[in-house]
Amino acid sequence: MDMNTIEAVVPTTDPAQWRDGDAWLAGGTVLFSYGSTVLKRLLDLGQANWPAVTVTDQGIELAATCTVAELYALPLSAETADREWPGLALVRPCCDSFVASFKIWNMSTVGGNICTGLPAGPMTSLCAGLDGIATILSPDGTSRTVPVADVVIGDMQTVLAPGELLRSIHLPDPALSARVAFRRLSLSNLGRSGVLLIGRLDPDGGLVITVTASTKRPVQLRFPAGQVPDAGTLADAVGNSIPWPLYHDDIHGLPAWRRDMTFKLAEEIRAELLGESMTVSGDFWPPHATSPQPSAQPSTQQKEARNGN
Amino acid sequence: MAIEINGAASQATPRPGQCLRTFLREEGNFGVKKGCDGGDCGACTVHVDGTPVHSCIYPAVRAEGKAVTTIEGLGSADGLHPVQEQFLEGQGFQCGFCTAGMMMTAATFDDEQRANLPRNLKGNLCRCTGYRSIADAVCGHGGDHQHDAGADVSGAQPPAAAGNPTVEATPGQLGDNVPAPAGQAIVTGTARYTLDVPSEQLPGLLHMKLLRSPHAHARIVSIDKAPALAVPGVVAVFTHEDAPRLLFSTAQHENFADDPDDTRVLDNVVRFIGQRVAAVVAESVGAAEAGARALAVQYEVLEPVFTPQEAILPGAPAIHGEKDGEASRISRPLQNVVAEVHAELGSVADGFAAADFIHEHTYQTQRVQHVAMETHASIAWLDEDGRLVIRSSTQVPFLVKRTLSRVFNLPPETIRVVAGRVGGGFGGKQEVLTEDLVALAALALRRPVQLEFTRTEQFTATTTRHPFTIHLKAGANRDGYLTALQLNVLTNTGAYGNHAPGVMFHGCGESLAVYKCVNKKVDAHAVYTNTVPAGAFRGYGLSQMIFAIESAIDELAVGIGMDPLEFRLKNMVRPGDHMLSTTPEPEEDVHYGSYGLDQCVALVRDALDRGKERYRAAGLDDLGPDWVIGEGSALSMIDTVPPRGHFAHTRVSLEADGRFAVDVGTAEFGNGTTTVHAQLAATALATAASKVTVRQSDTDLVEHDTGAFGSAGTVVAGKATLGAALELATRIQTVAASLTGAALTDCRLVDGAVQCGDRTVALKDIVDAARLQGVRLATDGNWGGTPRSVAFNVHGFRVAVNTGTGELRILQSVQAADAGVVVNPRQCRGQIEGGIAQALGAVLYEEVKVDDAGRVTTDILRQYHIPSFADVPRSEVYFATTNDSTGPLGAKSMSESPFNPVAPALANAIRNATGIRFGELPIARDKIYLALRDRTTAPV
Repeated sequence: MDMNTIEAVVPTTDPAQWRDGDAWLAGGTVLFSYGSTVLKRLLDLGQANWPAVTVTDQGIELAATCTVAELYALPLSAETADREWPGLALVRPCCDSFVASFKIWNMSTVGGNICTGLPAGPMTSLCAGLDGIATILSPDGTSRTVPVADVVIGDMQTVLAPGELLRSIHLPDPALSARVAFRRLSLSNLGRSGVLLIGRLDPDGGLVITVTASTKRPVQLRFPAGQVPDAGTLADAVGNSIPWPLYHDDIHGLPAWRRDMTFKLAEEIRAELLGESMTVSGDFWPPHATSPQPSAQPSTQQKEARNGN
Repeated sequence: MAIEINGAASQATPRPGQCLRTFLREEGNFGVKKGCDGGDCGACTVHVDGTPVHSCIYPAVRAEGKAVTTIEGLGSADGLHPVQEQFLEGQGFQCGFCTAGMMMTAATFDDEQRANLPRNLKGNLCRCTGYRSIADAVCGHGGDHQHDAGADVSGAQPPAAAGNPTVEATPGQLGDNVPAPAGQAIVTGTARYTLDVPSEQLPGLLHMKLLRSPHAHARIVSIDKAPALAVPGVVAVFTHEDAPRLLFSTAQHENFADDPDDTRVLDNVVRFIGQRVAAVVAESVGAAEAGARALAVQYEVLEPVFTPQEAILPGAPAIHGEKDGEASRISRPLQNVVAEVHAELGSVADGFAAADFIHEHTYQTQRVQHVAMETHASIAWLDEDGRLVIRSSTQVPFLVKRTLSRVFNLPPETIRVVAGRVGGGFGGKQEVLTEDLVALAALALRRPVQLEFTRTEQFTATTTRHPFTIHLKAGANRDGYLTALQLNVLTNTGAYGNHAPGVMFHGCGESLAVYKCVNKKVDAHAVYTNTVPAGAFRGYGLSQMIFAIESAIDELAVGIGMDPLEFRLKNMVRPGDHMLSTTPEPEEDVHYGSYGLDQCVALVRDALDRGKERYRAAGLDDLGPDWVIGEGSALSMIDTVPPRGHFAHTRVSLEADGRFAVDVGTAEFGNGTTTVHAQLAATALATAASKVTVRQSDTDLVEHDTGAFGSAGTVVAGKATLGAALELATRIQTVAASLTGAALTDCRLVDGAVQCGDRTVALKDIVDAARLQGVRLATDGNWGGTPRSVAFNVHGFRVAVNTGTGELRILQSVQAADAGVVVNPRQCRGQIEGGIAQALGAVLYEEVKVDDAGRVTTDILRQYHIPSFADVPRSEVYFATTNDSTGPLGAKSMSESPFNPVAPALANAIRNATGIRFGELPIARDKIYLALRDRTTAPV
């Protein structure tokens, strides 16, 4: 929508230019969607020309301005073709978890999604799930790094101070090298995530489960090599790590449902990664081109895809 | 760097905070629509350098140096883009407001994307169609399939297409799938909706923005206009001090006394968060917004009450307590009761004593929003004669005129109300919510003034469906007969009583009358609360009551061990039975003009049986250990016309070029009545609909038209058109007879001519002859909406429920409708599919949530999920074969009613699958899961 209080659009990447009434403009899909009656200037990152994706032996550097469309293309790109990174299998399910259409992906950015701080932000899920590290530039010229899992601290709340700018997210090689699993549930078909869990069995044998969407902020459960849990231990860990008030309560799912689904999906992920059993609730997993249908489809469903036209 | 639009460099420079959508519209590209203004609905989809984007969230400055393609530029000099051709061919639209965005998106698809439309079209919302016709259009499966209902469901075709008309229709006439006359304009983005007026036609246009109440209940102590007037560009501020003192209702009916007079244009008391406090008029939208923010208002906060249960308790704040109940037609203002009905037929006490099984339950329906893709909007100006002209997004232009005449004390002839094409209504636009304010400002300022609601204003400050709390008790005996039906109904009308009496009475009408039961009792109250007002919405109270009653019928059947459809067949009315609800005598003007309820039940039962067999044969009946499967259905009845008069005047004429013209009052908002008028006239005049021009929705055009609500488009206005057309046919034949000397009985209209014995007289010659003879080849038709008939809908579902997550999957959806003779099967099927989709939203997802302070929290589409392409199953649709004695050429109404049986049918299927009765809407996955969990953990 129009933001009629905006007086100027200033192309810059320099946080020192920031003053009260300014907002960083990345893709604009959030700013222009919610609108504003107080902002005076938009600091436009549109001409930053930061390389969207930089692949090195250490991992992947995603510019904050990397669009979701660019990210979606990454797993099949030449840059990652010769990499043994099973973790890339998470990219497309996370992109598909956007309630927003693929058209929005042409504009919206990885950094913008994280900075919006929504519990159901799928870029937060992806980057937190892969132990991404955010680099944040400050108006005073300094910079700092924060794990993405700690960037979002509540519903639409982040650690970013006024004027701070998210520059990039580093996805480290060890996490990308892990075997991964993904589970997601929504109250509607292909709708907003009510629960989104990502699991990793790292090369060193450790297990990491990252809970998003069902909780107000990301919650990570870490089990070092040699201490990977059985079902009961995992359930205890979920219970101990997520106190009741941390479950998110909004129109996209009752907290009691989100809580039970968190336990259920965590266990499905544990069992899958440890090779015990394969039960899949929800959509987009295991990854294949794209799934038109939510949830645990009987494979024969394709014969008669009645739902969703 | 200039922005290139459809190949031409624009001269204009975008404003810093402007979105691309507004820029493109300011440059005259009205095909780019503003639906949600937040990136959710896709109606504004354009291509930037070939990439599809939502232009409402695309910073306009980012388009500098880029090439933008809008719907206006999608085709080429050679003609339409293939996608446009396909949407035209397949009629993949109803109101058409979403269509440009839909096509701009689909035009970018490759085969792989077309193979996955749930994913790739989820960013394009349509509120009318239910997406089936869109899917077919996108995939190029459009075509004019006369008998294709259910045909795309493998094996779902009933034997010999039961119920569908078997006689081939004459092209362009009754029974033919005539395409909508506006089709070409819709697919090219040139159809003009309310605000699609070029700026040069409205020089000096001003914009209005409203300051809305932050309090649920307060008295306005003072409003300081000065800070607002000091904002550059602000021209005027209007408050309650500037507004007429007359009380009226925003609800629009033929008889204004149907609704309580409880509303002022601007009031000094606010009764819900979001009520209008002041209107700021400025040279730009931005200045009007700034002016509204600058206003300084002092409130004296009053005690609010938010639920109807609390509002009727003694001592509750009286929301309209200062009003004279008799003068305002409020039943009991001091108790917050707008309207009430108390009635008992027979004795329910005796009925319960005779029952072998009694079901007692409290059912609750929620607030639901229409979410018409075009928001409420209007423009007012004074024409060269000084007449007030209003262009509005309305279903009822003539009633708006009457209301403005009354409120502003203006002679009716000094007001003209017109509607362009309207982007969806569903009852929400049977209301005056913008027109009074732009009229106030235009009359004062003598300049054109425009007011457009935001999507958030739609949610927080227009109207919703009335939430009903229904305490129901019903009994049945072992022989399978209903013995008693008792209903205690509390409806929440919100802060104002617009439509409160009508919705309550109608809700308690056909829902009860469809069952034979000598003992019926109803106690119903419509109650004020300090919340967003409720209003008219497709079904008008029936869907709420039918949800409760059809759920109860299911429970009774289960309770006595009978198949629910058998139980319905035993108890539903049959021709000759009195249709009784709250009065001992039936409505004297409601008749069985035709009766197809029994056919509908059979069609649904057979279809469900075939579906079950299909799943079994395909090996799909076992979905795994987590899934349970069930089947359920429900029926509904509706009077074909609202009570107490619904009037239409139409004029049919033969034009000099030999074409026919039909002038009608009713607006077109995707309901398809324009097509129906053309077909009815064409049938009477032995021509094709393509040779009939329909002009509409302008109070200068005809005398009066009550409007497009109450499903009256076909059966009232259509009847008037048919009458006028038949008379014109006679007049033409008479002229032909006098020309040829043939007997009148030997003169027969054929396409473009009159056949008089062996002579053929061209219509153009008839026109010339009539002029010489002084015969006027224009006839008028009137219909008063009585007598009325009844229409029926039966819906059936097969569902699967995942007991581990609560996920609900619809395996089969089937609806059978008794619409009498179906004038346009494709269009009627579209109405039914759209009604099903809208109802599915209300059953599964939608709820306007109001928090503890009375504030609507679901104020954008991401917080209020309407069904997307991915959510809507393809339904099988069947028609009963009946011929109505009251409707035009045997037709009956079919626009509201397909909504009505869907919720209980789905609840009954879920009950059948899970054993759990869900009596509260919506039935979302989380609630299904929790109910299953709590049942299994509860001690048995």
